[in-house]
Amino acid sequence: MTLQKVLFREALNQAMCEEMERDANVFLMGEEVGEYDGPYKVSQGMLARFGPKRVVDTPISENAFCGLGIGAAMTGLRPIVEFMSLNFSLVAFDQIVSNAAKTLYMSGGQFPVPMVMRGPGGAAAQVAAQHSNCVESYFAQVPGLKVVMPSTPYDAKGLLKTAIRDDNPVIFIENELLYGVSQEIPAEEYLIPLGQAHVRVEGSDVTLIAYSRMAHLLESGVLPELRKEGIRAELVDPRTIKPLDLEGLARSVRKTHRAVIVEEGHRFCGVGAEIADRLYSACFDDLDAPLVRVTQQENPLPYSKPLETASLPQVADVVQAVKQVLYRL
Amino acid sequence: MTPASAAPRKNAIPIHPPEQGVPLSLANLSRRLRATVEELGRERLTGMYRQMVLIRAFEQRCEQMYQQRKIAGFLHLYMGQEALAVGMLGACRADDYAVTSYRDHGIALSLGIPAKALMAELFGKVTGVSRGKGGSMHFYSKEKNLLGGHGIVGGQIPIGLGAAFRAHYLGTDQVSMIFFGDGAINQGVFHEAANMASLWRLPAIFIVENNRYGMGTAFERASSVHDLTQKAQGYAMEARQVDGMNLLECYAALREVVEVRRRNPSPILIEAKTYRYRGHSISDPATYRSKEEVEAYQRVDPLQQVRRLLGELGWLGDGAAQQLERDVRQEVLDAVAFAEESPFPEPEERSRHVYAP
Repeated sequence: MTLQKVLFREALNQAMCEEMERDANVFLMGEEVGEYDGPYKVSQGMLARFGPKRVVDTPISENAFCGLGIGAAMTGLRPIVEFMSLNFSLVAFDQIVSNAAKTLYMSGGQFPVPMVMRGPGGAAAQVAAQHSNCVESYFAQVPGLKVVMPSTPYDAKGLLKTAIRDDNPVIFIENELLYGVSQEIPAEEYLIPLGQAHVRVEGSDVTLIAYSRMAHLLESGVLPELRKEGIRAELVDPRTIKPLDLEGLARSVRKTHRAVIVEEGHRFCGVGAEIADRLYSACFDDLDAPLVRVTQQENPLPYSKPLETASLPQVADVVQAVKQVLYRL
Repeated sequence: MTPASAAPRKNAIPIHPPEQGVPLSLANLSRRLRATVEELGRERLTGMYRQMVLIRAFEQRCEQMYQQRKIAGFLHLYMGQEALAVGMLGACRADDYAVTSYRDHGIALSLGIPAKALMAELFGKVTGVSRGKGGSMHFYSKEKNLLGGHGIVGGQIPIGLGAAFRAHYLGTDQVSMIFFGDGAINQGVFHEAANMASLWRLPAIFIVENNRYGMGTAFERASSVHDLTQKAQGYAMEARQVDGMNLLECYAALREVVEVRRRNPSPILIEAKTYRYRGHSISDPATYRSKEEVEAYQRVDPLQQVRRLLGELGWLGDGAAQQLERDVRQEVLDAVAFAEESPFPEPEERSRHVYAP
């Protein structure tokens, strides 16, 4: 195996380019994906490589270009629709929920919608309330949609390739603050199946469940703190929110008997609530303490730095939660 | 508002008779429509009339079946608009695409989807065109390229745009027939789609079925312009108005529009002036319009127009017309019997088709 060092955004670019080389029906559409080379440079060089028919700059009309993608998918193409930010996918919420998610079902299986809707989600750096939505729980609630949230360049590439080949509508949520993260990944082609959690760091005392940027926060910030106190935590990244690898998460919890679930989104009806509910059912007798969730506070995300920091999960919040499940407070 | 201040409404309902339309008859047939009649010939024109009669009879039977509680949910009937669907889709090829709103029975029948598959769908049976999972508002057919009846006003417009994009992407000469109502033209998504279709010269045929009312709101009360073709101007898009009660006008217009676009793709907005004989849905008594208005439209009834012309042409005498109506009636009764006898979906059908394998 040959290794190559790539940035997160380059891994996504490679995934799209490889799949467009492989299948002439795959195309990329979105705001600034072509001539501008991508608002976050994820599609850099793709217009030059594939031409304007396959790398399509759109007007700022999310509802219609998302719907266009659905119609194109129903008639045999395989669109990748990029939202400059998943916040703007809310403009297309009707198309995603009423059409992308339900068409296969309502048509009695006649019209699959093989389509990826991707872009950055979650809070970036002080971009205030309208640009900081964590949309994964909104979409994960809808039958018919899959939701993928990679945290590493390796996962991003392998999961995006699989998502493009999937015959269902997939919401693929990246994170702006991760685009510059680098990693050595295989130069050869590989795929990662949807619905497989990954144990990023092994441990025995407590299971930490986190995805996307929160997985980084835990690995780089929380785990060193815990090690100082002699706590060996296991970090599990579900990687796909839906389908959810319950067994992968439960396996770790059965080993450690304790878990903290961390998410960047709000608490009420959050992804962590679903994970907690399933873990209680699957491993109630294995638990030595109630599960603890760490989430964003229940306010729109404010601009001001101290207020933003106070709203989002921080290292200290997770460390505190870990001590709570270990009864070490 | 207190009851005392409520203005009496009953007498205030204005009458909007059909604006245009020389009803079909040999005596006043334009040269253009005369050529259309010749092009269609006896067999096709009679066949199109039969489709219109079928839609009317199907819808009347649906009303009855709803009253008998065989059909449930929302039910939006197509009576009055038959010429539009039959004429326009009659001018298309089998490999063209169509998408429409929840008022989809007439479109589905015009595409040649068997009445029994549609009636079974309405009965919630597994033999239905969407396996009983869609109901009245969600007829789909992969075989006939029907991309759905859609329940959110205007939501189907970008889906049809996607089919037009596909033709552009693959370089085929197919067109995409995008049907929607006068209510939907005020949705933002129409304007977004019109802009993109014009920008990229996609073969999108936007057809606004202006039946005068978006639910209970007369279109003049909802749209800032009353000539809906004006909405195309902002997108540098061609537009034309068609008498939607007149089968030959609908057919001839679409034939020209579609032929041009197969060679040189571009979008167009067609406003078809039409009228629905029933309320918005089966639960709407339509008190917002007058009896006189409905009668004015029924005097230019699309079926009667074609039947008279066929009689004048000597292509369909009274006896043959009565036989045709009996045949259609039987076809609809057979559809009801088929729906009645068909099984409901098995319980495991509930969880099928949520995700593609």
